Amino acid sequence: MGILDLTAVQLGKAIKEKKYTALEAMEAVLEQIDKTEEDLNCYVTIDKEAALEAAKKAQEKIDAGELTGPLAGVPVAIKDNMCTKGMKTTCSSKILGNFIPQFSSEAVIKLEEAGAVIIGKTNMDEFAMGSTTETSAFGATKNPRNPEYVPGGSSGGSAAAVAADECFFALGSDTGGSIRQPASYCGVVGMKPTYGTVSRYGLIAYGSSLDQIGPLAKDVTDCATVLEVIASHDCKDSTSVKREDTDFTSALVKDVAGMKVGIPRDYFTDGLDTEVKQAILDAAKKLEEAGAIVEEFDLSLVDYAIPTYYTIAAAEASSNLERFDGVKYGYRAKEYDGLHNMYKKSRSEGFGPEVKRRIMLGSFVLSSGYYDAYYLKALKVKAMIKKAFDEAFSKYDLILGPVAPTTAPKLDSSLSDPIKMYLSDIYTISVNLAGLPGISLPCAKASNGLPIGVQMIGNVFEEKKLIRAAYTLEQILGDLELGGVRA
Amino acid sequence: MANVIDDETIDYVGILAELELSDEEKEQAKGDMSRMLDYIDKLNELDTTGIEPMSHAFAVSNVMREDLVTNGDGSEATLANAPEKTDDTFIVPKTTIS
Repeated sequence: MGILDLTAVQLGKAIKEKKYTALEAMEAVLEQIDKTEEDLNCYVTIDKEAALEAAKKAQEKIDAGELTGPLAGVPVAIKDNMCTKGMKTTCSSKILGNFIPQFSSEAVIKLEEAGAVIIGKTNMDEFAMGSTTETSAFGATKNPRNPEYVPGGSSGGSAAAVAADECFFALGSDTGGSIRQPASYCGVVGMKPTYGTVSRYGLIAYGSSLDQIGPLAKDVTDCATVLEVIASHDCKDSTSVKREDTDFTSALVKDVAGMKVGIPRDYFTDGLDTEVKQAILDAAKKLEEAGAIVEEFDLSLVDYAIPTYYTIAAAEASSNLERFDGVKYGYRAKEYDGLHNMYKKSRSEGFGPEVKRRIMLGSFVLSSGYYDAYYLKALKVKAMIKKAFDEAFSKYDLILGPVAPTTAPKLDSSLSDPIKMYLSDIYTISVNLAGLPGISLPCAKASNGLPIGVQMIGNVFEEKKLIRAAYTLEQILGDLELGGVRA
Repeated sequence: MANVIDDETIDYVGILAELELSDEEKEQAKGDMSRMLDYIDKLNELDTTGIEPMSHAFAVSNVMREDLVTNGDGSEATLANAPEKTDDTFIVPKTTIS
């Protein structure tokens, strides 16, 4: 077993036991990047010298006994919508193509304080708008399990980097499934915590009421460990929640006896691939055999989640992205006639088609005369969706279902029909609307060789139930032999 | 198609969104937005009478603090990424008529 086969937590332990150094870990990752990055395009920015220098410094602090945590010396990849001081942060957009933040996002600071070492910034759908990482201004990322397929999105670069061993773990962000869906397509574990658990300070906003940062990792143990490090109450994010229960690793227990698991009947309809369906039902069966009480139920309102989400997310995006005007940072058009024309030209040349589509939709649904009919209506349906989940969680400890209707689609097959692409978010999106935690865990390998992920959804602040159930299932399933570019 | 977005609406949205669209982009946007609004109209199947709009999924309250300066002079850092600047200001196109 080589160093790249270790999980983040195993590597942290090996560094502590002096079997490896932080520098050796970084060198191994960079060597792997040299081999596979040209084909996969997981990263937008890699600063090798800075990464090696930071690894050396981390090792010095480990040797001095200043860094003792589980992630000390472990190389990490950061999604390119989180600000990193002194390192380019582009959101995979031309409009931020040359932006070098003067500060780091709070989640990144938490990781650095814990001794994790940043490799670089991962590719994503432009401004996190997309489900395939194909809307990136810097080229698509490819799925390491089979490079003819997309890695999912929008945190596709992070998921692919984990699956290809181009990092030991990564941070992503999830607005409508952007951690869980790529984790599923790439066969890694991804978790979106309860809204407010991880500070959004320094996360370039898409849909502020929905955005949440979370880990993408090789296993559930790594996920829980990373989440424990990055969860914090932060006065710089006014929606940050003060929690006393962020000792998530305490839930890494193989025990689901008596746990009540609800399976929404309305997630298993026509649109769901039969092989995916079977894999999810098999996973449920495994939990049942381990002592969980599994029941089917009607969640209701499932078909209304996507139109609700796209109305709210587009509205918030149109407002959040107003700041990109070519004045303070980012791209400015070369030719223009006056101030307003400078704004317009900079934005029109700087944003890609999917971003423009959502900004226009958002501007429309917020405009006078349409606000009540579209935006306010969506907020009311959101309240109904939240209530449906409240009712479900009065009966069940967690909800289990698919992450996406199919395995990863082929490259170049999604962007021509936006609504069809949006439909692939049907099982993940309502989790963001209701502020709930969700985890995506590989549960099978499909006949096409691609991974299938199972999703578990918990009530707000009940990550520990998810972690316990996911850890138990992972232990039962064992090695799924997902294969890929390095296998 | 129930929602037909006309040229006037697209021009209006372009003003709100601060986007300058080519004729080709406008045609594309008209189709895209009509289809999306038709899809969003599905929400009208639901009776939402008496339901309070929910902006946040659980109760959040205003976070108040004293108005104290906690960071130092950040003007250099603030200007570092400006496309055009002087030593202490952003440069924008002239907005007054002389």
